[in-house]
Amino acid sequence: MNKPTFPFARARAAALVLALLPALLLPTAAPAATEAPVKLQTLRGADINASDPEGDGTRYGRDQPPLPRDFVQQPPLIPHAIRGYNITKNFNKCLDCHAWARAKETGATKISVTHFKDREGQELSSVSPRRYFCNQCHVPQSDAKPLVGNTFKPGTGMR
Amino acid sequence: MDTNKKGLIGRLRATGWGFAAMLFIGGILFWGAFNTAMEWTNREAFCISCHEMKDNVYQEYRNTIHASNRSGVRATCPDCHVPKEWGPKMIRKIQASNEVLHKILGSIDTPEKFNAKRLELAKHEWERMKKTDSRECRNCHNFDGFDYAEQGRRSSRMHQTGLNEGKTCIDCHKGIAHTLPEVEQAIGAPKHGATPEEFHPPVKPEETKPEADKSKS
Repeated sequence: MNKPTFPFARARAAALVLALLPALLLPTAAPAATEAPVKLQTLRGADINASDPEGDGTRYGRDQPPLPRDFVQQPPLIPHAIRGYNITKNFNKCLDCHAWARAKETGATKISVTHFKDREGQELSSVSPRRYFCNQCHVPQSDAKPLVGNTFKPGTGMR
Repeated sequence: MDTNKKGLIGRLRATGWGFAAMLFIGGILFWGAFNTAMEWTNREAFCISCHEMKDNVYQEYRNTIHASNRSGVRATCPDCHVPKEWGPKMIRKIQASNEVLHKILGSIDTPEKFNAKRLELAKHEWERMKKTDSRECRNCHNFDGFDYAEQGRRSSRMHQTGLNEGKTCIDCHKGIAHTLPEVEQAIGAPKHGATPEEFHPPVKPEETKPEADKSKS
Protein backbone atom coordinates (compact mmCIF):
# COMPACT_ATOMS: atom_id res chain seq x y z
CA MET A 1 0.00 0.00 0.00
CA ASN A 2 2.78 2.37 0.93
CA LYS A 3 4.86 1.49 -2.10
CA PRO A 4 4.15 4.01 -4.89
CA THR A 5 3.03 2.60 -8.21
CA PHE A 6 5.35 2.89 -11.20
CA PRO A 7 3.68 5.74 -13.25
CA PHE A 8 3.25 7.88 -10.16
CA ALA A 9 6.94 7.69 -9.28
CA ARG A 10 7.89 8.64 -12.82
CA ALA A 11 5.72 11.76 -12.72
CA ARG A 12 7.34 12.78 -9.46
CA ALA A 13 10.84 12.36 -10.87
CA ALA A 14 9.90 14.46 -13.88
CA ALA A 15 8.58 17.24 -11.65
CA LEU A 16 11.82 17.18 -9.65
CA VAL A 17 13.95 17.51 -12.79
CA LEU A 18 11.79 20.41 -13.99
CA ALA A 19 12.12 22.17 -10.65
CA LEU A 20 15.90 21.79 -10.55
CA LEU A 21 16.47 22.63 -14.21
CA PRO A 22 17.09 26.40 -13.83
CA ALA A 23 19.47 25.83 -10.98
CA LEU A 24 21.34 23.18 -12.93
CA LEU A 25 21.64 25.32 -16.06
CA LEU A 26 22.46 28.66 -14.43
CA PRO A 27 24.30 27.93 -11.21
CA THR A 28 26.17 31.27 -10.97
CA ALA A 29 24.59 33.75 -13.38
CA ALA A 30 21.26 34.10 -11.56
CA PRO A 31 22.46 35.42 -8.15
CA ALA A 32 25.05 37.76 -9.69
CA ALA A 33 22.39 39.57 -11.70
CA THR A 34 20.31 40.49 -8.62
CA GLU A 35 23.01 41.26 -5.99
CA ALA A 36 25.08 44.44 -6.27
CA PRO A 37 28.77 43.83 -5.53
CA VAL A 38 29.49 44.86 -1.94
CA LYS A 39 33.06 45.30 -0.83
CA LEU A 40 33.31 44.34 2.80
CA GLN A 41 36.16 45.99 4.69
CA THR A 42 37.06 47.18 8.15
CA LEU A 43 37.12 50.85 9.17
CA ARG A 44 40.86 50.72 8.58
CA GLY A 45 40.25 49.51 5.02
CA ALA A 46 41.61 46.04 5.66
CA ASP A 47 40.01 42.79 4.57
CA ILE A 48 37.43 41.64 7.13
CA ASN A 49 39.18 38.31 7.56
CA ALA A 50 42.62 39.86 8.04
CA SER A 51 43.97 40.32 11.54
CA ASP A 52 44.68 43.82 12.86
CA PRO A 53 47.77 45.36 11.30
CA GLU A 54 50.78 45.04 13.55
CA GLY A 55 53.23 47.82 14.30
CA ASP A 56 50.99 50.63 13.04
CA GLY A 57 52.81 53.03 15.33
CA THR A 58 50.05 53.20 17.93
CA ARG A 59 51.51 53.61 21.39
CA TYR A 60 49.72 53.32 24.66
CA GLY A 61 50.74 56.11 26.98
CA ARG A 62 52.70 55.75 30.17
CA ASP A 63 50.95 55.86 33.53
CA GLN A 64 49.05 59.06 34.14
CA PRO A 65 46.69 60.32 36.82
CA PRO A 66 42.97 59.65 36.15
CA LEU A 67 41.74 61.19 32.87
CA PRO A 68 38.83 63.67 32.76
CA ARG A 69 35.42 62.38 31.67
CA ASP A 70 33.23 63.84 28.90
CA PHE A 71 29.87 62.96 30.43
CA VAL A 72 28.97 61.97 33.96
CA GLN A 73 27.91 58.42 33.15
CA GLN A 74 31.11 57.74 31.17
CA PRO A 75 32.99 54.69 32.39
CA PRO A 76 36.36 56.11 33.56
CA LEU A 77 39.18 55.67 31.03
CA ILE A 78 42.20 53.52 31.81
CA PRO A 79 45.18 55.89 32.28
CA HIS A 80 47.84 53.20 31.88
CA ALA A 81 48.98 50.49 29.49
CA ILE A 82 47.25 47.14 29.85
CA ARG A 83 49.50 44.93 27.76
CA GLY A 84 49.40 41.37 29.07
CA TYR A 85 46.65 42.17 31.57
CA ASN A 86 44.39 39.23 30.95
CA ILE A 87 40.86 38.69 32.12
CA THR A 88 40.27 34.95 32.17
CA LYS A 89 37.80 32.62 33.85
CA ASN A 90 40.41 32.01 36.54
CA PHE A 91 41.74 35.48 37.17
CA ASN A 92 40.90 39.12 36.55
CA LYS A 93 44.08 41.19 36.38
CA CYS A 94 42.24 44.53 36.73
CA LEU A 95 40.68 43.57 40.04
CA ASP A 96 44.08 42.51 41.33
CA CYS A 97 44.58 46.26 41.98
CA HIS A 98 41.14 47.87 41.64
CA ALA A 99 39.24 45.53 44.02
CA TRP A 100 38.34 47.17 47.32
CA ALA A 101 40.55 44.69 49.18
CA ARG A 102 43.58 45.62 47.06
CA ALA A 103 43.09 49.32 46.28
CA LYS A 104 44.61 50.67 49.48
CA GLU A 105 47.87 48.77 49.03
CA THR A 106 48.16 49.47 45.32
CA GLY A 107 46.91 53.05 45.28
CA ALA A 108 44.45 52.22 42.49
CA THR A 109 40.95 53.64 42.10
CA LYS A 110 38.39 51.40 43.80
CA ILE A 111 35.73 49.99 41.49
CA SER A 112 32.40 51.79 41.76
CA VAL A 113 29.66 50.61 44.14
CA THR A 114 27.42 50.32 41.07
CA HIS A 115 29.39 47.14 40.29
CA PHE A 116 28.05 45.50 43.46
CA LYS A 117 24.50 45.23 42.15
CA ASP A 118 22.75 42.54 40.15
CA ARG A 119 20.57 43.45 37.18
CA GLU A 120 17.47 43.67 39.39
CA GLY A 121 19.18 46.34 41.47
CA GLN A 122 19.73 43.97 44.39
CA GLU A 123 22.84 44.97 46.38
CA LEU A 124 25.58 42.32 46.60
CA SER A 125 28.50 41.82 48.99
CA SER A 126 30.90 40.93 46.15
CA VAL A 127 31.45 42.19 42.61
CA SER A 128 28.60 41.26 40.28
CA PRO A 129 29.69 38.71 37.64
CA ARG A 130 28.01 40.86 34.96
CA ARG A 131 30.76 43.44 35.61
CA TYR A 132 33.54 40.90 35.11
CA PHE A 133 34.80 42.03 31.72
CA CYS A 134 36.23 45.44 32.61
CA ASN A 135 37.36 46.42 29.13
CA GLN A 136 33.88 46.07 27.72
CA CYS A 137 33.36 49.61 29.07
CA HIS A 138 36.73 50.83 30.33
CA VAL A 139 39.32 51.41 27.62
CA PRO A 140 42.94 52.58 27.54
CA GLN A 141 43.93 55.60 25.46
CA SER A 142 46.51 55.74 22.68
CA ASP A 143 47.88 58.42 20.39
CA ALA A 144 46.07 56.91 17.38
CA LYS A 145 44.33 59.25 14.93
CA PRO A 146 40.52 58.97 15.11
CA LEU A 147 39.19 56.74 12.32
CA VAL A 148 36.10 58.91 11.84
CA GLY A 149 35.38 62.49 12.84
CA ASN A 150 32.81 63.42 15.45
CA THR A 151 31.22 66.57 16.84
CA PHE A 152 30.63 65.38 20.39
CA LYS A 153 30.59 68.05 23.11
CA PRO A 154 30.85 67.27 26.83
CA GLY A 155 27.51 67.01 28.62
CA THR A 156 26.17 70.01 30.54
CA GLY A 157 26.97 68.30 33.83
CA MET A 158 30.66 68.30 32.93
CA ARG A 159 31.02 71.87 31.59
CA MET B 1 103.16 14.06 54.42
CA ASP B 2 106.50 13.16 52.80
CA THR B 3 105.76 9.47 52.82
CA ASN B 4 102.38 10.17 51.33
CA LYS B 5 103.96 12.19 48.52
CA LYS B 6 106.56 9.50 47.96
CA GLY B 7 103.84 6.93 47.95
CA LEU B 8 101.92 8.86 45.30
CA ILE B 9 104.98 9.35 43.12
CA GLY B 10 105.92 5.77 43.75
CA ARG B 11 102.49 4.57 42.72
CA LEU B 12 102.58 6.78 39.64
CA ARG B 13 105.96 5.32 38.71
CA ALA B 14 104.60 1.83 39.18
CA THR B 15 101.55 2.38 37.02
CA GLY B 16 103.30 4.66 34.63
CA TRP B 17 102.86 8.30 33.67
CA GLY B 18 100.90 7.23 30.65
CA PHE B 19 98.13 5.83 32.81
CA ALA B 20 97.96 9.03 34.85
CA ALA B 21 97.69 11.10 31.70
CA MET B 22 94.93 8.82 30.48
CA LEU B 23 93.02 9.32 33.72
CA PHE B 24 93.45 13.08 33.43
CA ILE B 25 92.23 13.23 29.84
CA GLY B 26 89.45 10.77 30.66
CA GLY B 27 88.32 13.07 33.45
CA ILE B 28 88.20 16.04 31.12
CA LEU B 29 86.26 14.05 28.54
CA PHE B 30 83.83 12.74 31.15
CA TRP B 31 83.20 16.19 32.56
CA GLY B 32 82.84 17.66 29.10
CA ALA B 33 80.31 15.00 28.14
CA PHE B 34 78.41 15.35 31.44
CA ASN B 35 78.23 19.10 31.11
CA THR B 36 77.20 18.94 27.46
CA ALA B 37 74.42 16.49 28.27
CA MET B 38 73.30 18.69 31.15
CA GLU B 39 73.21 21.80 28.99
CA TRP B 40 71.42 19.86 26.27
CA THR B 41 68.50 19.44 28.67
CA ASN B 42 68.68 23.13 29.57
CA ARG B 43 67.25 24.44 26.32
CA GLU B 44 63.78 25.63 25.39
CA ALA B 45 63.80 23.16 22.48
CA PHE B 46 64.32 20.31 24.94
CA CYS B 47 61.53 21.52 27.25
CA ILE B 48 58.97 21.77 24.47
CA SER B 49 59.92 18.44 22.95
CA CYS B 50 57.26 17.14 25.36
CA HIS B 51 53.77 18.08 24.25
CA GLU B 52 52.80 18.64 27.91
CA MET B 53 54.98 21.74 27.85
CA LYS B 54 54.58 22.65 24.18
CA ASP B 55 50.77 22.64 24.11
CA ASN B 56 50.13 24.25 27.49
CA VAL B 57 52.65 26.48 29.24
CA TYR B 58 54.71 27.26 26.15
CA GLN B 59 51.67 28.58 24.26
CA GLU B 60 50.80 30.80 27.21
CA TYR B 61 54.35 32.12 27.40
CA ARG B 62 54.69 33.02 23.71
CA ASN B 63 52.75 36.27 23.92
CA THR B 64 54.32 37.53 27.15
CA ILE B 65 57.05 40.12 27.57
CA HIS B 66 59.63 37.42 28.31
CA ALA B 67 59.11 35.84 24.89
CA SER B 68 58.21 38.78 22.64
CA ASN B 69 59.48 42.30 23.18
CA ARG B 70 61.10 45.33 21.56
CA SER B 71 64.72 44.19 21.70
CA GLY B 72 64.26 40.44 21.27
CA VAL B 73 66.10 39.55 24.47
CA ARG B 74 64.34 36.48 25.78
CA ALA B 75 64.08 34.61 29.02
CA THR B 76 63.42 31.02 27.98
CA CYS B 77 62.17 28.12 30.16
CA PRO B 78 65.46 27.24 31.93
CA ASP B 79 66.29 30.90 32.63
CA CYS B 80 63.42 31.01 35.14
CA HIS B 81 62.92 27.37 36.05
CA VAL B 82 66.50 26.07 36.42
CA PRO B 83 68.98 27.74 38.81
CA LYS B 84 72.22 29.01 37.24
CA GLU B 85 74.44 28.09 40.22
CA TRP B 86 75.98 24.61 39.99
CA GLY B 87 74.79 23.18 43.33
CA PRO B 88 71.13 24.28 43.18
CA LYS B 89 71.11 23.33 39.49
CA MET B 90 72.19 19.74 40.27
CA ILE B 91 69.49 19.51 42.97
CA ARG B 92 66.83 20.84 40.60
CA LYS B 93 67.95 18.44 37.85
CA ILE B 94 67.70 15.48 40.25
CA GLN B 95 64.25 16.63 41.36
CA ALA B 96 63.29 16.77 37.69
CA SER B 97 63.41 12.95 37.60
CA ASN B 98 59.97 13.17 39.25
CA GLU B 99 58.81 15.11 36.19
CA VAL B 100 60.12 12.31 33.96
CA LEU B 101 58.09 9.83 36.04
CA HIS B 102 54.92 11.89 35.59
CA LYS B 103 55.65 12.22 31.87
CA ILE B 104 55.62 8.41 31.72
CA LEU B 105 52.49 8.21 33.89
CA GLY B 106 50.81 10.82 31.66
CA SER B 107 49.68 12.90 34.65
CA ILE B 108 49.24 16.10 32.63
CA ASP B 109 49.11 14.83 29.06
CA THR B 110 45.87 16.64 28.11
CA PRO B 111 44.95 20.32 28.60
CA GLU B 112 42.11 19.16 30.90
CA LYS B 113 44.48 17.18 33.10
CA PHE B 114 46.97 20.05 33.06
CA ASN B 115 44.36 22.60 34.12
CA ALA B 116 43.14 20.29 36.88
CA LYS B 117 46.69 20.34 38.28
CA ARG B 118 47.45 23.97 37.47
CA LEU B 119 46.91 25.27 40.99
CA GLU B 120 49.21 22.66 42.52
CA LEU B 121 51.91 23.16 39.87
CA ALA B 122 51.75 26.94 40.19
CA LYS B 123 51.97 26.74 43.97
CA HIS B 124 55.15 24.65 43.68
CA GLU B 125 56.78 27.31 41.53
CA TRP B 126 55.62 30.19 43.76
CA GLU B 127 57.03 28.35 46.76
CA ARG B 128 60.34 27.59 45.03
CA MET B 129 60.75 31.23 43.99
CA LYS B 130 59.76 32.53 47.43
CA LYS B 131 62.29 30.24 49.17
CA THR B 132 65.19 31.57 47.14
CA ASP B 133 64.13 35.24 47.24
CA SER B 134 63.26 34.94 43.52
CA ARG B 135 66.85 34.04 42.63
CA GLU B 136 66.08 33.23 38.99
CA CYS B 137 64.38 36.61 38.46
CA ARG B 138 67.35 38.37 39.99
CA ASN B 139 69.74 36.70 37.53
CA CYS B 140 68.58 39.44 35.15
CA HIS B 141 66.60 41.94 37.23
CA ASN B 142 68.93 43.63 39.67
CA PHE B 143 67.21 45.85 42.25
CA ASP B 144 70.37 47.96 42.57
CA GLY B 145 69.92 48.82 38.91
CA PHE B 146 66.36 50.08 39.36
CA ASP B 147 66.01 53.71 38.21
CA TYR B 148 62.78 54.66 39.93
CA ALA B 149 62.54 57.87 37.90
CA GLU B 150 62.45 55.81 34.69
CA GLN B 151 59.77 53.46 36.04
CA GLY B 152 56.10 54.27 35.70
CA ARG B 153 54.19 55.90 38.55
CA ARG B 154 52.70 52.64 39.69
CA SER B 155 55.78 50.45 39.39
CA SER B 156 58.06 53.01 41.01
CA ARG B 157 55.78 53.31 44.04
CA MET B 158 55.07 49.61 44.41
CA HIS B 159 58.69 48.53 43.95
CA GLN B 160 59.94 50.91 46.62
CA THR B 161 57.31 50.06 49.23
CA GLY B 162 57.47 46.34 48.42
CA LEU B 163 61.23 46.06 48.64
CA ASN B 164 61.30 48.05 51.89
CA GLU B 165 58.78 45.63 53.34
CA GLY B 166 61.12 42.77 52.43
CA LYS B 167 58.97 41.41 49.64
CA THR B 168 60.42 39.42 46.79
CA CYS B 169 59.52 39.46 43.06
CA ILE B 170 57.17 36.45 43.15
CA ASP B 171 55.10 37.96 45.98
CA CYS B 172 53.48 40.25 43.38
CA HIS B 173 54.65 39.03 39.95
CA LYS B 174 52.64 35.83 39.63
CA GLY B 175 51.34 34.66 36.29
CA ILE B 176 53.67 36.89 34.28
CA ALA B 177 54.63 34.11 31.87
CA HIS B 178 51.83 31.57 32.19
CA THR B 179 48.08 31.53 32.72
CA LEU B 180 47.13 31.65 36.38
CA PRO B 181 45.11 29.01 38.20
CA GLU B 182 41.82 30.03 39.77
CA VAL B 183 42.30 32.87 42.24
CA GLU B 184 39.66 33.94 44.77
CA GLN B 185 38.89 37.62 44.05
CA ALA B 186 35.41 38.02 45.56
CA ILE B 187 33.56 38.19 42.23
CA GLY B 188 30.29 36.27 42.13
CA ALA B 189 30.40 32.72 43.46
CA PRO B 190 33.46 31.74 45.53
CA LYS B 191 36.31 30.08 43.60
CA HIS B 192 38.16 27.04 44.84
CA GLY B 193 41.61 28.15 43.79
CA ALA B 194 44.40 30.13 45.39
CA THR B 195 43.22 32.13 48.42
CA PRO B 196 43.96 35.88 48.64
CA GLU B 197 46.58 35.09 51.31
CA GLU B 198 48.31 32.62 49.02
CA PHE B 199 48.19 34.97 46.07
CA HIS B 200 49.39 38.04 47.97
CA PRO B 201 51.31 36.72 50.97
CA PRO B 202 50.88 39.22 53.81
CA VAL B 203 54.08 40.79 55.14
CA LYS B 204 54.96 39.20 58.48
CA PRO B 205 56.49 41.61 61.03
CA GLU B 206 59.72 39.57 61.30
CA GLU B 207 60.10 39.63 57.53
CA THR B 208 60.24 43.40 57.49
CA LYS B 209 63.86 44.41 57.19
CA PRO B 210 64.29 48.17 57.08
CA GLU B 211 67.93 47.66 58.18
CA ALA B 212 68.71 45.81 54.98
CA ASP B 213 68.84 49.05 53.01
CA LYS B 214 71.03 50.78 55.59
CA SER B 215 73.60 47.98 55.66
CA LYS B 216 73.80 48.02 51.88
CA SER B 217 74.47 51.71 51.50
